[in-house]
Amino acid sequence: MIKYCFILFAAFSFASCAHVKEYQKNRINDSEMSLSSRHVEKNELNAESYREGASGANGGKTGGGCGCN
Amino acid sequence: MKKLSLSVIGMYLMMAHAFSQAPATDSTGYKPKKLKLDEINLVSSYYDQTANKSAVMGGRTDYKGNGDVTDFANGIDVTFIGWDKKQRKNTLSVGLGIDYHTAASQAYVDSNGTSRNNGTRIYPTLNWSRENDKKGTSFGLGAYYSSENNYYYSYGLNAFVSKKNKTNGEFSLKVVGFFDQIKMIYPTEFIPIPKIPPADNTLHYITTASGGSELVNSSGQVVSKSKGPDIPSKPRNTLTASLSFTQIINQRMQGSVELDMVYQNGYLGLPFHRVFYNTGKDTIENLPSQRFKLPIGFRLNYFLGDNIILRSYYRFYADSWGLVSNTFNLEVPVKITPFFSITPFYRFYMQSAAKYFAPYAIHTEQEQYFTSNYALAKFNSNLFGAGIRLAPPKGIFTNSLRALELRYGHYTQTTDLNANIISLNLSFK
Repeated sequence: MIKYCFILFAAFSFASCAHVKEYQKNRINDSEMSLSSRHVEKNELNAESYREGASGANGGKTGGGCGCN
Repeated sequence: MKKLSLSVIGMYLMMAHAFSQAPATDSTGYKPKKLKLDEINLVSSYYDQTANKSAVMGGRTDYKGNGDVTDFANGIDVTFIGWDKKQRKNTLSVGLGIDYHTAASQAYVDSNGTSRNNGTRIYPTLNWSRENDKKGTSFGLGAYYSSENNYYYSYGLNAFVSKKNKTNGEFSLKVVGFFDQIKMIYPTEFIPIPKIPPADNTLHYITTASGGSELVNSSGQVVSKSKGPDIPSKPRNTLTASLSFTQIINQRMQGSVELDMVYQNGYLGLPFHRVFYNTGKDTIENLPSQRFKLPIGFRLNYFLGDNIILRSYYRFYADSWGLVSNTFNLEVPVKITPFFSITPFYRFYMQSAAKYFAPYAIHTEQEQYFTSNYALAKFNSNLFGAGIRLAPPKGIFTNSLRALELRYGHYTQTTDLNANIISLNLSFK
């Protein structure tokens, strides 16, 4: 399973893409196009990581803390 | 002789090259800038959950509302930015979060339901990073601390490096360590009750969830309170290595892939989570002392036309406790104007049960590991809602409030857990 994850990761990483110049990035640089989760989602991601068995690979927590309640 | 000539020529070229670098005076007029306040982010959230099954009560369903939780979370992040002599960007970020929660199940750490049912969590953070735009590299360090009343405390450290390539791609490697100490607070029925004075059976001590003791008379009135001895704790360590790659695919599309490898060891259960055997007898959840998690997430964002953006996310997750999950997420920001957008979103999540999970009164006394915590059960969940974002160039009301985001989500789990969360983010420049 770990092997397949690495293959997927490598395949995506080395995929060829069109070269986009700086002046062509007006859409890519739009704040809504960000490839990270939003500030406003922070506590939503926390709640999900405590209520569900899975976590990680989303910019949120992978462990640490209690989630006691 | 030929060798010597070549050596002399070589040395001459090296010296010429070295001297050609010497008068490298900056003709651009560049001056380094000291760290200066760049942005302040305030995030507040209110979370309201209703559920009947709680891990503290071992998944019993006859305590209605036992899984109810409210949480009021507030955080501030202050970011400073400066440029050094080598034109490298330095970013320092200082954060502080404070949560106040109420949890119905927390009261039942004491079997009479009289424990304190609320608490506060405090978590400061400190992050520093340096970005070299010429080389396309950056690296950073961070520290984190978190403490929740008497239940636990935790500190964390992280470090990352990243490198951009010539085709608008960026590789990052991040390592994170969390080092927790879990206070061993047991449900009261597992704590021997000392009788003081030994001959007098009309007075007895009740150990509270906060670790203190209360001397109670036969009619249940508290005669005196004592802080009690320090509660022993057990460690829990979480080590994570994250690999990520982001790529601009064309003028309208970009994507990323993130792979986390997470190793946990130590005390991975919680001492106040009950489990009821099929005999009716109760005990404390017991889980293995190691867990390996492997989540891999993919994001793909696409700018459709001039006003609509598709933000998609998929995650596959598997761990050594036999839990497998899939997460799908789609957000569709619609730009009403260039500075105002509305974002409906939907998230679907499904997981299989961990091999140590069983509902109330199913586990047998012969099992080595057992839990009735429904976070490890088989279930599906749905989250849907909408958000708005307002970011006019001249600010909102004042010039310094540059962006406002408001987001509401309704969350349902097939375990009968329902929750609502509303969050507000204010960004000041």
